[in-house]
Amino acid sequence: MNETFVGMPAFPEAAREALDDTTLRGNLRHATHTIRAKRAATVAEVSDWAELREAGSRIKEHTLRHLDRYLEQLEESVTAAGGTVHWAADAAEANRIVTELVRETGESEVVKVKSMATQEIGLNEALEAAGIRAYETDLAELIVQLGEDRPSHILVPAIHRNRAEIRDIFRTAMAGWGRPAPEGLSDRPAELAEAARLHLREKFLRAKVGVSGANFMVAETGTMVVVESEGNGRMCLTLPETLISVVGIEKVVPTWRDLEVFLQTLPRSSTAERMNPYTSMWTGTTDGDGPRAFHLVLLDNGRTDTLADEVGRQALRCIRCSACLNVCPVYERAGGHAYGSVYPGPIGAILSPQLRGTASEIDVSLPYASSLCGACYEVCPVAIDIPEVLVRLRERVVEGGPAVREGNRVVLRPARGHAAERAAMRAARWTFTHPGALRTGQRLASRARRLRPRTLPGPGAAWTATRDLPEVPAEPFRDWWERTRGGKEETT
Amino acid sequence: MRVALFLTCVNDTLYPDTGRAVVRLLGRLGVDVDFPLAQTCCGQAHYNTGYRHETEPLARHHAEVFGEYDAIVTPSGSCAAMVRELYPRLGERARAEGRGEELAGVLAPVVPKTYELTEFLVDVLGVTDVGAVYPHKVTYHPTCHGLRSLGLGDRPRRLLEAVRGLELVELPGADECCGFGGTFAVKNAGVSAAMGADKMRNAESTGAEVLCAADNSCLMHLGGTMSRAGSVVRPVHIAEILASTEEEPAR
Repeated sequence: MNETFVGMPAFPEAAREALDDTTLRGNLRHATHTIRAKRAATVAEVSDWAELREAGSRIKEHTLRHLDRYLEQLEESVTAAGGTVHWAADAAEANRIVTELVRETGESEVVKVKSMATQEIGLNEALEAAGIRAYETDLAELIVQLGEDRPSHILVPAIHRNRAEIRDIFRTAMAGWGRPAPEGLSDRPAELAEAARLHLREKFLRAKVGVSGANFMVAETGTMVVVESEGNGRMCLTLPETLISVVGIEKVVPTWRDLEVFLQTLPRSSTAERMNPYTSMWTGTTDGDGPRAFHLVLLDNGRTDTLADEVGRQALRCIRCSACLNVCPVYERAGGHAYGSVYPGPIGAILSPQLRGTASEIDVSLPYASSLCGACYEVCPVAIDIPEVLVRLRERVVEGGPAVREGNRVVLRPARGHAAERAAMRAARWTFTHPGALRTGQRLASRARRLRPRTLPGPGAAWTATRDLPEVPAEPFRDWWERTRGGKEETT
Repeated sequence: MRVALFLTCVNDTLYPDTGRAVVRLLGRLGVDVDFPLAQTCCGQAHYNTGYRHETEPLARHHAEVFGEYDAIVTPSGSCAAMVRELYPRLGERARAEGRGEELAGVLAPVVPKTYELTEFLVDVLGVTDVGAVYPHKVTYHPTCHGLRSLGLGDRPRRLLEAVRGLELVELPGADECCGFGGTFAVKNAGVSAAMGADKMRNAESTGAEVLCAADNSCLMHLGGTMSRAGSVVRPVHIAEILASTEEEPAR
């Protein structure tokens, strides 16, 4: 995954920045609550939502089980339609392939459709290193790129910015990337949109190479699908002479009929729209229409390893709608950057540690970046049981166990730094399987109740920093029960 | 019908009043509950933190203690969800690891017989008016496991609405997590505290005196937050409200 995220601190530390930034928290709260309410309303309009969710989940599960077959079929269909298929095992290979393809055209700039796959592999940075400039054309991605920022949401990468901040970014940075912002630009949405339109139009008309991802790839016809709201994607997909699409292997669906389900669930879950404004589909190349050369780069980058985990593999069903981000109380407070990946929020917390492994500080902390409230599972349009996968990954962190890494079966050792916790859990287990010991502990606590401290040492300090400890009762329930037989022998 | 009270380790140790309230309430409704003294902990904290192998002996112990009863009642949505939703999963995992049916066989009997208190009142006893009196302004927080894992729906609300003197007011953002989440409260203390503070402010905005929930662990987190902040709202478990009468009023 993206090299820029290596060395990220653990989630709790990374979240502190957002927690301390009241503007950021206000922006996030406003945006997530607005879209949350809208999504709920548009989903409620569909009488067969539960069936659609089930169908989407089944289609994805079926495809994942027979992924090898459908990918081969896809390769045949794309090739037959005049496209060229490339296979990339990891980010470095994908970046190498794309860089080489752009070089062959002799161009030194590309226009980009918003794409999570190219974000994941850090393509823009790789192209930059090869002397090729990549222009993001999605409005939010443009804001992130101009602001030398990182995306913080799957669908709305600049969700953490408000209008005034965007105006300032446009005023300061647009000139360095092409057409400058108009004089006296205000923070009115229409003016901001117009500034972006003028800036981007020049790039669309000049570019000879377009780079995209895809929301779906249809195996039976080799058709690629991008759904979007702004139309900038369609510009990039139709105007350049060469089109290069980098797509994760899990994006394949068997047939056109399968799209019917997702073209209903995706827009309602993501932007709360009944239908997304632009659905672009392209199949290989066609003489006299659209790009003359089409390259499909199929990206693995940890996906085959993830597929080997029978519980964790459901993360690969994800259609990147980001409904789970918008309802997540943790995401709402911690912000997207804290997740140390282009995939933030609940889905990021299960996807990143699977795609990248749990070796780094950030990846080892992500399975714990959730209170397991279950809101993410409830809204997921392909029914990914995110809480279950989180617990599975926690198990992998503290107990180790079998996994697949780069195609090899390995037995992971427990992550470091959990020794004290493990000892405490074992001690608690011992106490709880010895009721007499539990009672002794309770009585000791009751006897020492007047010594209840205001602050606790060690990990307990995290509790007492903002919360008071509960009072310890004079008598635990079991002693009362034994003394009174459930109140029947109680004397007053 | 032999009914057992599964009080949970948190209630037993820190909130015995809730246990006494359940005993009094059910007694008033003609149910004589037993409290098996060998009970300890369902293992939820272990399981949710990733210690599945430490959870198994706890689940086994729990099922052995409660297996004989016809119904098991607990005043905790999250511990009921642990038994109902996750015990079957523990059995499946043991089976998948080639350890046979034994664990699944031991755990299975308690799964369908475990009821969260409000479920037991409404579904098993068939009552919504439990004859309680509680003249206070109350707002209700439906805890995550009660809401999503158990699907308690409007049962707690119907019970509260039937309490004489009680004024029930809507909690804004009711279905949002309070931020407790077991070890989450310590591992991600900053985010947890922010979530708790928001829940507290929402409760305060209703003008209620009492924040009620069906889980003392969530109330422990919220109560600790409110106490530290000097809030006028106080946490009270739903069992204590339902047990409250004119003769023996709850605080």
